[in-house]
Amino acid sequence: MTEAMTPKQRLAIQRVIMPEQDAGARSANFTEVNLGLNHEQAVAEAQRCLQCKSRVCVDGCPVQVGIPEFIAAVANDDLPGAARILQRDNALPAVCGRVCPQENQCEARCVRGVKGEAVAIGYLERFVADWAMTHAEGLEQATPPTASGKLVAVVGSGPCGLSAAGDLIRQGHKVTIFEALHDTGGVLRYGIPEFRLPKTIVDQEVARLEALGVEIQCNVVVGKTLTIDQLKEDFDAVLISNGAGLPMMMNIPGEHLKGVYAANEYLTRVNLMGAGRLADSPTPIVQGKRVAVVGAGNTAMDCVRTARRLGAEQAMIVYRRSEAQMPARREEVHHAKAEGVEFVMLSSPLEILGNDQGWATALRCQKMRLGEPDASGRQRPEPIDGETVDLAVDVVVNALGTRPNPLLTATAPHLELQPSGQIRIDDDGQTNLPGIYAGGDITRGGSTVILAMGDGKRAAARIHQMLSGG
Amino acid sequence: MFEVLSNETLAPNLHRMTVRAPRIASARQAGQFVIVRSEKGEERIPLTIGDADVEAGTITLFIQALGAGTQKIVSRQPGEFLRDVAGPLGMPTDIEKWGKVACIGGGVGTAVLFPMAKALADLGNEVTTIIGGRSKPYIILADELAEFSSHVQITTDDGSFGQQGFVTTALQALIDDPERRPEAVFAVGPVPMMRAISELTRPYGIKTLVSLNPIMIDGTGMCGGCRVQIGDEVKFACVDGPEFDAHQVDFNSLMDRLTTYREQEQHCRLDDQLNARKAS
Ligand SMILES: Cc1cc2nc3c(=O)[nH]c(=O)nc-3n(C[C@H](O)[C@H](O)[C@H](O)COP(=O)(O)OP(=O)(O)OC[C@H]3O[C@@H](n4cnc5c(N)ncnc54)[C@H](O)[C@@H]3O)c2cc1C
Ligand SMILES: Cc1cc2nc3c(=O)[nH]c(=O)nc-3n(C[C@H](O)[C@H](O)[C@H](O)COP(=O)(O)OP(=O)(O)OC[C@H]3O[C@@H](n4cnc5c(N)ncnc54)[C@H](O)[C@@H]3O)c2cc1C
Ligand code: SF4
Ligand code: SF4
Ligand code: FES
Ligand SMILES: [Mg+2]
Repeated sequence: MTEAMTPKQRLAIQRVIMPEQDAGARSANFTEVNLGLNHEQAVAEAQRCLQCKSRVCVDGCPVQVGIPEFIAAVANDDLPGAARILQRDNALPAVCGRVCPQENQCEARCVRGVKGEAVAIGYLERFVADWAMTHAEGLEQATPPTASGKLVAVVGSGPCGLSAAGDLIRQGHKVTIFEALHDTGGVLRYGIPEFRLPKTIVDQEVARLEALGVEIQCNVVVGKTLTIDQLKEDFDAVLISNGAGLPMMMNIPGEHLKGVYAANEYLTRVNLMGAGRLADSPTPIVQGKRVAVVGAGNTAMDCVRTARRLGAEQAMIVYRRSEAQMPARREEVHHAKAEGVEFVMLSSPLEILGNDQGWATALRCQKMRLGEPDASGRQRPEPIDGETVDLAVDVVVNALGTRPNPLLTATAPHLELQPSGQIRIDDDGQTNLPGIYAGGDITRGGSTVILAMGDGKRAAARIHQMLSGG
Repeated sequence: MFEVLSNETLAPNLHRMTVRAPRIASARQAGQFVIVRSEKGEERIPLTIGDADVEAGTITLFIQALGAGTQKIVSRQPGEFLRDVAGPLGMPTDIEKWGKVACIGGGVGTAVLFPMAKALADLGNEVTTIIGGRSKPYIILADELAEFSSHVQITTDDGSFGQQGFVTTALQALIDDPERRPEAVFAVGPVPMMRAISELTRPYGIKTLVSLNPIMIDGTGMCGGCRVQIGDEVKFACVDGPEFDAHQVDFNSLMDRLTTYREQEQHCRLDDQLNARKAS
């Protein structure tokens, strides 16, 4: 290690700026927008970290990644060491480094953020994880533990299921993941677009688990192909992590018109099936010239940026509140703007108008203004009497959110649900049925990758405890 | 991977295929379907489970090779594999003891109807089956259906087989006959046919069930693409259906939505023809 830096020297370093693909070019392709730090940038950024004794950043991370430790390793140019720490603490570091809302989590707590800018923990995590992927052979492999002889079934291969599977297999249990779709990853595969999370990353993370011995069976719809009762018979423990699922409808006239999609369908066609993205994909999609996306969360940003890449000349976010109240990550909004997305604020959809061939032609919106703050503290949008606007469109995407999918729970009548339809769990992640655990979006509603992973990790720990007689 | 055990042509472009899928075979009930992808990169294609043999661990599919996706599926020969078969999806047919029932199939819909008719007969219903088609070669499964139907009536548009005319004519005659008037009607076929039957039975208040075929992707309720208007409710056909009370169905929007990708599908077909020509 070179001479240790003084805090003053560390404080003098500016936060790194993530190199990105040029906005003009990228709005016409699906390759990743953020290009990743180079080695020099990463080491310099790591040197900004003050190695606080309080480790407050770690408290901001739902899976408690050893942040100061892995960053110290990067600062010392010990990438294998950094990789070891990350892989120990986080089953999907290359994913989290890209899609975690760091500004609300680890980085929100960073001491350096109090006066200036937080250490770019996410960028560093991504850097190390990407390095580890290309240097996998050089890294020492953990010796597999002796087989426990216990069998665990995991329903769903999203982040919750994958992280639980990773932890359980390392403890010697035999893990089988049952996935309803033909491919793994859950929202990482069919929801989050390629330009934010290349699917090769998901492939590699899944391959890593398979190499450890996790068995993945696709095309198994639990509740249909197999029931929870059957799984209970055949396995010593079950983790239900089947995600959120069902899209909410707008319930406005015209929702059946052609060119009107729910976000899940729009994204699944493009991400999972390759529609409009891969030249030879036989799955079609309506590639509108004018696309309106209703909603302002991360899903809405993903849809509108996808629309641009599918050739929309005009791609709009339509939101009934104002820009300051949009729930999407700042980075996504910033990227969307740079890519030419328009933001139509204070507009609440009333109706979709169509032509005589049944195609959507316009989105009629009620104009709104901001009134008094509501229970959430946000100013409540109120309609301005008599003021409506018709936005000319050929595609409307509804990104209003999802609710729990009852497909699995409908066939498990003894499983206790919350009034919202989500599965009820205790502080250990256990359902009311012994040996059956749940986590991720099916227990929380739409949330984040890392919270789902945290749930998976917790459930895995409890399952391990149970199976080892503890 | 799901092994194809047999593949025969029943009618022009209409194949019967048995596939090894033991879990689906034992879980499936009449009225349910699977989603099939012949190989990596292919479309997800919903197909009704026509029949199943739990002992042998096989399911039977009846596939009308319409476009690129279904053509790829029917090109699989015995010993070859379908990459993905997921199911059984959807709700089973609500099989009740109605007494006299009419089961009406048009085109490949006859295959979709087959397991429903069989389950109805098994429960002791007196099943009259009406099969419609363009002309003789398109009439399928008449012998199989005759095994458990009390009557099988055939109509063809051109009169080349059975009675000339439409299935509605035959159904009207049935309703008009007090001895044979059905308590319930099950109809599966092209949307215009199902709509016509629905309109026919509505004034008589005869319970009528149809199996809807909107465009699907996941088949698990996740995407919302298969939404259909049933009365004043929006339902997802893949999880709430595919069978619904015909008198509540908005057939016009269903029919219209089915044309969403017509242009692109046409391209697919032309590409395929070009490739086939190049290959030969
Ligand atoms: C478009 C979009 C963008 C997002 N962007 C971000 C982001 O940038 N950052 C972030 O942190 N979070 C983001 N999220 C949220 C995050 O993706 C989810 O909170 C997270 O994926 C939930 O993980 P999960 O494992 O609980 O479920 P999922 O990821 O939904 O995975 C569930 C899996 O279970 C399968 N399944 C469902 N039913 C069954 C069944 N019956 N049998 C077998 N398998 C079944 C599904 O096919 C799926 O593969 C985004 C979500 C969406 C929709
Ligand atoms: C629940 C259900 C059960 C079905 N059962 C059968 C069956 O047993 N046998 C059978 O031959 N057919 C069945 N179908 C119809 C079959 O799925 C379509 O014919 C097939 O998807 C067409 O795909 P293609 O690529 O070959 O043709 P394309 O040329 O792409 O499409 C031809 C037409 O099929 C319809 N279609 C296209 N894609 C889909 C899709 N993803 N889902 C549904 N319809 C689509 C459209 O109306 C389209 O115009 C069923 C459909 C549903 C929804
Ligand atoms: S997993 Fe997410 S929250 Fe935790 S350190 Fe990494 S980026 Fe931060
Ligand atoms: S709080 Fe910030 S500066 Fe302190 S250890 Fe964590 S990352 Fe480093
Ligand atoms: S096919 Fe996606 S919800 Fe029915
Ligand atoms: Mg097709």
